[in-house]
Amino acid sequence: MSVAETKPQSLFEKLWRRHIVVEEESERPAVLYIDLHLIHEVTSPQAFDVLAGKKIRTRRPDLTFATLDHSTPTLPADNHGVLPYATPAAAAQVNALIRNCREHDIPLLGLDDPRRGIVHVIGPELGLTQPGKTIVCGDSHTSTHGAFGALAFGIGTTEVGHVLASQCVLQRQPKTMRVTFNGALSPGVGAKDMALAMIADIGADGGQGYAIEFAGPAVQNLSMEGRMTLCNMSIEAGARFGMVAPDEKTFEYLSGREFSPLGDSWDEAVAEWRTLPSDPDTVYDREVRINASAIPPMITYGVSPDAAAPVDGRAPQPKSDIEKHAAEYMKFDAEQPFSTATVDRVFIGSCTNSRLSDLREAASVMRDRKVKEGVTVLVVPGSEAIRAAAEAENLHLVFLNAGAQWRNSGCSMCIAMNGDQGEPGELVVSTSNRNFIGRQGRGVRTVLASPATAAASAIEGRIADPRPYLTMTGKQNRCH
Amino acid sequence: MSLKSFQNLTSRVIVLPEDNIDTDQIIPARFLTTTERSGLGKAAFYDWRYDDAGRPRNQSPLNLAGQGGHAILVAGSNFGCGSSREHAPWALLDLGVKAVISSDIADIFKSNALKNGLLPVEVDRKTHRRLLKAPGEEVTIDLETQTVRFGGKWQAVFKVDSFARYCLLEGVDPLGFLMQQLPAIKEFEKGRA
Repeated sequence: MSVAETKPQSLFEKLWRRHIVVEEESERPAVLYIDLHLIHEVTSPQAFDVLAGKKIRTRRPDLTFATLDHSTPTLPADNHGVLPYATPAAAAQVNALIRNCREHDIPLLGLDDPRRGIVHVIGPELGLTQPGKTIVCGDSHTSTHGAFGALAFGIGTTEVGHVLASQCVLQRQPKTMRVTFNGALSPGVGAKDMALAMIADIGADGGQGYAIEFAGPAVQNLSMEGRMTLCNMSIEAGARFGMVAPDEKTFEYLSGREFSPLGDSWDEAVAEWRTLPSDPDTVYDREVRINASAIPPMITYGVSPDAAAPVDGRAPQPKSDIEKHAAEYMKFDAEQPFSTATVDRVFIGSCTNSRLSDLREAASVMRDRKVKEGVTVLVVPGSEAIRAAAEAENLHLVFLNAGAQWRNSGCSMCIAMNGDQGEPGELVVSTSNRNFIGRQGRGVRTVLASPATAAASAIEGRIADPRPYLTMTGKQNRCH
Repeated sequence: MSLKSFQNLTSRVIVLPEDNIDTDQIIPARFLTTTERSGLGKAAFYDWRYDDAGRPRNQSPLNLAGQGGHAILVAGSNFGCGSSREHAPWALLDLGVKAVISSDIADIFKSNALKNGLLPVEVDRKTHRRLLKAPGEEVTIDLETQTVRFGGKWQAVFKVDSFARYCLLEGVDPLGFLMQQLPAIKEFEKGRA
C-alpha cells in the first residue's frame, strides 16, 4: 500500500479506531470499548446503586480495579486500630467501596494492602496501565495514564455505571492537538514547570474538545514519572486526554511489573506497542510549539492554573475585574515579587507529584536543612509501595529531620476531603494540580509548584526559587 | 435512573460573571463523602452562599436559585472546569437550577449535566455578553429548536449533542441504549480474544 492510499494516523486515532464497537454517527456517539476501569470510593457508590436498582452485575470485574485514596486518612490507626477518618461519612464511603467490590468480585487494594495508593499512581506501578489500552476512571486526572501511550480519560459517575454494566462508554471523537516541546530543559526545571508553562500558554480552556499528544525532544527526555506529571495536568488546560508515544523507556518501566505481560506475551505486546506512535506526516487539528529551554521554574499566582508565571517574577497588574478578584483572594499586590510572599504550609504529594523521583527531588533540597519555623510541611507518598521505596533509601529521615511530616499514601491535601487541609487565609505551596478557591480548605490560598520549588519554599518560609539549592548541593544530589 | 425529559424552559436568570467557575466552587470537596446523589442543594456553591460562620450571605445572587422561577444560571466562560465530580450537576439541580448558559462549558461537566437533565447551553459571545449584563432577565430555552430567546426579540441558536438531545426530549436512558448493544460488545470481545 502506498502512503498516498492511507491517511497517516495519530497515536490517538489508532487507539480510538481499535476500540470502536459501534461507529459514531451524527445521531449518536461511538460505543467505545474500555480495557481498564479504575474505581475509587468517591465517584463510584452512586453508580453501584444504579446497578443494584436495575439488578445488573459488573460485566467484567476482571477489567475493573479498585483502590482507596480520596477520603482515606494519611495518619496511621490509633492503638485500637481505629483510623482517623475526617467524618463518619468518609468512613462510610470507604466501607461502601469495600462492600461493593466484595459483592461485584472486583479486585480492591484494601486499607492494609501494601500496594494501595492513589489511583493514578498504582495503575502504572502495578503494570495495569499499558500502551494501547483504553482506560477510564471517575476522576479527571485519568489523563495521567496517557503517559504510557494509553487512551485514558476521566468520566462522571453515570458513566462509571455504564462501564460497570457494559464495559463501554458512549463517546464522540475529540479533535487532536500536538504540543511539541523543543530544546532541552534547564537545570532545576521539570515536568511540572512544563505543564504550568503550557497551561499559561494555551489557557485553562485551550485544550477543551481536544486530545493532546505531547511530543518533542524535551518530552522524550522526560522519565516516565515526568511524562505522567505532564499528562496529568492536561485537564487543567481543559483537555480530557493527554498522551505520549510509547518508547523504550515505557517498555523498560513496565517490564516485570505485577500485571505486565510475561515471556512470549511480553514480546508480542512490545511488538504491538511499537506500532502505536503517530505516523510520520500525521496532521493534527491544532499544533502548539513551546521552547522547553526557555521554561524557568513556574508557580501559579491566581485561582486558575493558567495564572502561572516564573517563580523569580512579580505578580502582574490585574487586567480585569476577575483577575483583580483573584489577586485580592491570593493577597498578591501588583508588581510584588513572589519571593516576598510568606508561606504557611507546604504540600508535597498528589497524583501529579508524589512519585519516588518527586520525593527525591524534594529531599535533595531539604537534605541537612530545616523547614522555616512556623511552616507546616506534609510529605505524602503516592502509594504504599512508594512509601516503602522512599523509606528504603531513608528519604523519610531527610523530611523528618527537616521538620516535615511523613504520611501514609493518599490524595490528602490535593482535594482536602480526608481531613488534611490548610486553615483559612493560609498560603500553601503545593505540588498538586489545582489552585481553585477553597480547594485545599476554605479560604486557603494555593500556589502550585514543582517538588523542588515546594521544598525550597518550605526551607525559606517564602516562595523560593529552587535553582540556588541545586548548585549549592550539586555533588550531594548525585549521591542517590 | 429514568431521566426527566427536558422540553423548554422559561425562567429568570441568575448571573455569575466569573470565568473558570470550577466544580470545586459548585460543590466543595468536603461535601463529596456522601454515597447519595440527592439532597446536595444545600452544598451547592456553599462557600459563595454562606460565610465562615455558616450564615447566609445576603448579597449572593444564588439565594434566588429555584425561587420565583430563577432556574437558569448564566456564567462566565469555561464553566464547570476541573474535577469530574457528577455531584456538581446533582447539587445544582437540587438547588433548583435546570440550565446553565455560557460561552463555553467544560467537557466533563457538560457530559455529566446532560446525563441528569441539566441543560448546558453554549451561546455565541455576543449573546453571552448581553446575558451577563442582564440578571433577572426572563429567558426561554427551547431544546426542540435549540434556541434561546429573551428581551422581546433577541434569539440565538445553540448546539447540543444530538444523542443527548434525543435522550432528553424522549426521556431515554443512555444505559438502556448501551445494554441493547451487548450483542455487538460481545462480538467485539470475541474478535479480540
